[in-house]
Amino acid sequence: MDLAWPIVGLGLLAFGFGAFSVVISSVTGPKRYNRARLDAYECGIEATPQPMGGGKFPVRYYLTAMLFIIFDIEMVFLYPWAVNYDALGLFGVVEMGLFLITVLVAYAYVWRRGGLEWD
Amino acid sequence: MIFLRNPTLDDFGIDPWWLIVIKVLGVFVVLVLLTLFSIWAERRVVAKMQIRVGPNRVGPFGLLQSLMDGIKLALKEDLVPKNAARFVFLIAPVISVTAAFMALAVIPFGPMVSIFGVWTPLQLTDFSVSVLYVLAIASVGIYGLVLAGWASGSTYSLLGGLRSSAQMISYEIAMGLSFVAVFLYAGTMSTSEIVNAQEKLWYAVLLLPSFVIYTTSMVGETNRAPFDLPEAEGELVGGFHTEYSSLKFALFFLAEYVNMVTVSALATTLFLGGWRAPWPFSGIPGANEGWMPLIWFFGKLLAFIFIFIWLRGTLPRLRYDQFMNFGWKTLIPVSLGWIMVVAVARTLIQESVLTNTRTLIILAAPIALLLLLSIVVEMRKKEPEIDELEVEVLANSFPIPPMSAALPKTQTKLAVENVRDSNG
Repeated sequence: MDLAWPIVGLGLLAFGFGAFSVVISSVTGPKRYNRARLDAYECGIEATPQPMGGGKFPVRYYLTAMLFIIFDIEMVFLYPWAVNYDALGLFGVVEMGLFLITVLVAYAYVWRRGGLEWD
Repeated sequence: MIFLRNPTLDDFGIDPWWLIVIKVLGVFVVLVLLTLFSIWAERRVVAKMQIRVGPNRVGPFGLLQSLMDGIKLALKEDLVPKNAARFVFLIAPVISVTAAFMALAVIPFGPMVSIFGVWTPLQLTDFSVSVLYVLAIASVGIYGLVLAGWASGSTYSLLGGLRSSAQMISYEIAMGLSFVAVFLYAGTMSTSEIVNAQEKLWYAVLLLPSFVIYTTSMVGETNRAPFDLPEAEGELVGGFHTEYSSLKFALFFLAEYVNMVTVSALATTLFLGGWRAPWPFSGIPGANEGWMPLIWFFGKLLAFIFIFIWLRGTLPRLRYDQFMNFGWKTLIPVSLGWIMVVAVARTLIQESVLTNTRTLIILAAPIALLLLLSIVVEMRKKEPEIDELEVEVLANSFPIPPMSAALPKTQTKLAVENVRDSNG
């Protein structure tokens, strides 16, 4: 826990600074009511009542997020191996090679099926 | 004098409380000052590159410009759009800024120094997984952008927030993979020990492809030009912070620049030997002791900041699909391949099949070169199409912009003849 105190301190300081700025800016700035100014920033006479698609967004982004999780977990598997590389030796290298090849098969599949295309 | 040595993990967590307070305040103040300086430097340097003057009125050389901009922003109206999810809208910039600051807690600024008679490392804290901590905090920072985009209740903001998140998670993979080779060589994830491990040779030399991958993905990770797609003015107005005004906007700005400092500091620590003096200076006695290393550390840091500014002044923005393609189809496979090359080469060295580390550098150079080449190829790929877009200006016609951009050459001639006919 001793190691974490400086992080807690820095986090509290930064959070305090941010929260203070958000609060103080509502005091220091002028307030001139204007109906149009409170609308979403858009062109046109009347702003749309809600964002594009009612807050729904393309499924493409979910796909990217899922791919991210796959590779993120792969990354997390690689870290302990890299740190203990010397202890694991040749056995570790071969095991990691097999693991990477397994992931590469999935990666090649996603690529072939157009999962990495943006259009 | 026994304390003039490299800090180890045992040196952390034993500071008295007042020293922690001093260090925390020190890091905070240094970050804020660096941000103010970087904003000023960016405007001045980009101005020089564009043969302008840049801000030069407020204070000597205009140094106080960014401070004055901050004060001006504080005096602007603080708007909360009526579509906004109020609480999330207000908390998003705070999340962004908190995460940005916290990531710098594990960066080593220097070796052991004496502060009011207490010997302590010039670093807030360190533990055995501190690089992982930086990655974790950086991921929390993404929440700030996504929530800001979602809570604004505006189409531009929503799209900007989505783009930011997709971009940052994509490049975070490449970034994380580029660390693996460093961990493999250093045998640790603690920042101070990685710096110690680079006493003889910087990892930027030994693991050049990792360094290239990291520096590329750090630009994508911080949403800076040429990868500043979430804020592409021509497409998305301001991206996720379109609806933000006053100090809330300033907080996002601050977070962006602090992130720039963080990734630069991380690059310095992991690849450029951290606070260690670069070669010609490393011969000076005492160059790596006491407070001197602060010069080397901030020198390297500011060099990275300058590169960020230089990139912005030089390169045009990528298209979003080019950008994502580059991340997913080039950076990730290349980093995976490079990790395997490093692992196999190191095993061969240990089994004394290959003679020394120099072999790895020889292996690395072509890969790094290929990587750089692929960036260029990705950016140049679509250029012929742009050439085709140029339509001949017709001598006697109205200045109408071409609708479908390019007519085939024969049709252009026909069009010219038609115009001539109608005029004649």
